[in-house]
Amino acid sequence: MNMVQAINNALEIKLREDPTVVLYGEDAGFEGGVFRVTEGLQEKFGEQRVFDSPLAESGIVGTAVGMAIAGLRPIVELQFCGFVYPAFNQIISHAARIHNRSRGKFKTPMVIRFPYGGGINALEHHSESMEAMFGHIPGLKVIIPSTPHDAKGMLIAAIESDDTVMFMEPKRIYRAIKQEVSEEKYSIPIGKAKVLTAGDDITVVAYGAMIREVQKAMVMAKSKNISVELIDLRSIYPIDKETIIKSVQKTGRLMIVTEEPKSFGVAAEITAIANEEAFLYLEAPVKRVAGFDTIVPLPATEHFYLITPEKIFYELEKTVKF
Amino acid sequence: MFKEFNPAEDKILRVIDNEGQLINKKWMPQLADEQIQKAYNDMLFARVADTMAVSYQRQGRMFTYPPNLGQEAISGALGNIMTEEDWLVPAFRELGAWLAKGATLKDIFLYFKGNEEGNAFRNVKKLLPMAVPIASQLLHAVGIGYAIKLRNEKDIVYTVVGDGGTSEGDFHEALNFAAVWKVPVIFVVQNNQFAISVPFSKQTASVNVAVKSLAYGMPGIKVDGNDYFAMYSALDYSRNYASEGKGPVLIEALTYRKGAHTTSDDPTKYRTKEEEDFWGLTDPLTRLNKFLKAKKLITDTEEQTLIEQYKKEVDRSFEEAENYPPTVLDDVFKYTYVDIPEDLKIQQMEHEKFLKWKEAQK
Repeated sequence: MNMVQAINNALEIKLREDPTVVLYGEDAGFEGGVFRVTEGLQEKFGEQRVFDSPLAESGIVGTAVGMAIAGLRPIVELQFCGFVYPAFNQIISHAARIHNRSRGKFKTPMVIRFPYGGGINALEHHSESMEAMFGHIPGLKVIIPSTPHDAKGMLIAAIESDDTVMFMEPKRIYRAIKQEVSEEKYSIPIGKAKVLTAGDDITVVAYGAMIREVQKAMVMAKSKNISVELIDLRSIYPIDKETIIKSVQKTGRLMIVTEEPKSFGVAAEITAIANEEAFLYLEAPVKRVAGFDTIVPLPATEHFYLITPEKIFYELEKTVKF
Repeated sequence: MFKEFNPAEDKILRVIDNEGQLINKKWMPQLADEQIQKAYNDMLFARVADTMAVSYQRQGRMFTYPPNLGQEAISGALGNIMTEEDWLVPAFRELGAWLAKGATLKDIFLYFKGNEEGNAFRNVKKLLPMAVPIASQLLHAVGIGYAIKLRNEKDIVYTVVGDGGTSEGDFHEALNFAAVWKVPVIFVVQNNQFAISVPFSKQTASVNVAVKSLAYGMPGIKVDGNDYFAMYSALDYSRNYASEGKGPVLIEALTYRKGAHTTSDDPTKYRTKEEEDFWGLTDPLTRLNKFLKAKKLITDTEEQTLIEQYKKEVDRSFEEAENYPPTVLDDVFKYTYVDIPEDLKIQQMEHEKFLKWKEAQK
């Protein structure tokens, strides 16, 4: 399965086994979404449970909050990370807070799914990576898969979570990676990172579409005898401090690779964790390889912005030689 | 009803006049004398509690509070229409409706004394907490309505917003979603003619609020919100309409906020005494009182006795709120998530250590 198929499979499993699950968004019903992630689901589960909503992000998220309060488990699709902003008030002021405001009387078990990230030659607003903004909001959980297998297990965990989960999908690798994915139901716990490759010289933390780019850089690193320990963060919040700290204590060096704008981001948060929890183990300054603090350029210029394996290797070697 | 009071012609449903005289027999709800007396008593109680809330705030015993003075008929009628199975999705100025739904004054005071626990209304199943971000709650009502429809349930969702809220994007989205999905939601706009200091004329160029419903493909009606019978009648009619599966209704309840926006506001800065006097004549309690007196269902002495009794009751509830145990650090953390992240537990533990250290310094 590729990631699109794996997500579709997870949605189908949950729609089948739990009658409280509903799925909707702009084009998410009949057409199956602009990336066809929900294709075929309306046919299988009917227009009451899988449907198109009017074109309004605040309306989509706000009604989902109401449905969740009334005992449903809504999954809503927003078309792009850059189109989430009209729904911010509902996400921040309600989805993330109803449980707190009602002192536990009501909860909002809902999933807000949307594709994020660059590298697909898209229009403005279609290439953004704003995970740090969501990670900053108390009350939200934010997760990002990097493989079809993880996408399925993490989405099932998200749907079953009693908290609101932002499920960000790296659209650049929607169909780029194929792997064996079990048709059976399984879930991957929220908040757990995964060590993908063990190594000794440097820890690299990445997630989503950046994993594949780091892996390419690691081939170059290997030829220079640099041993990299690669961690797939998987969960932006809660963040798995333990796995990061343990690795940094072993390697003594840390680099974070993210697509987001560099300042005030997830990479900055991980840097702070290393500073607070592994200061004396560090043999080099923590390095952030991230997007620029600019708008993601349109396709003609985007190649300057994109983080390439070469760029990752270039920074990796400097940090190891520091 | 919706045709007779076409909002496009700026018609308004009114059943009794300012003197409490019946002027529209057709839409006078069929209520027994005892029901009317009870409705009046509930509104009177809400007014006593509300007036006392303002004075507790002035005495420094409570924080910012949004007074309901002059708007009691809307909450009163809502309270009498709703059943236990119905949902109430409030804004923050519906004291009478919360009480009718079963919320306790103690909880309400607790909330305005700054304790979140008071906003949970734990003893009431289908009452949402107050929502401060204007108009955002309307979408929750629509989502609840969708869940009701999906499960083939019979509940109705009542949601309330002010005239200022009708300018928000969420008002538009909520009405549109509700009409497209045909959900059993009754939107009640308390048009008290002011959004803090901004008058209705600066809020919209529409002839009224109710007319906006027409563009969404749902019925709307403008009602004299200071006329208990008109409010009851409109809500009753709308409830029947919605429960037949016909979809949502928009009710504009025209009223006047006699008090301040909140206790932090000073309305003398933006409106005249003449205006206040004019609207004072439409006071919902005075009108219902005149109606009851004409029917010999209440005397001044009886009313005075009731007020004295209510004052004691309100004071007792306030004392309960004052004697509520103080908050603890755990209250800050324990409801942010259902499944609390490890890191948040550590933040709490670290602060506990600091508090112990601070204690040891004394």
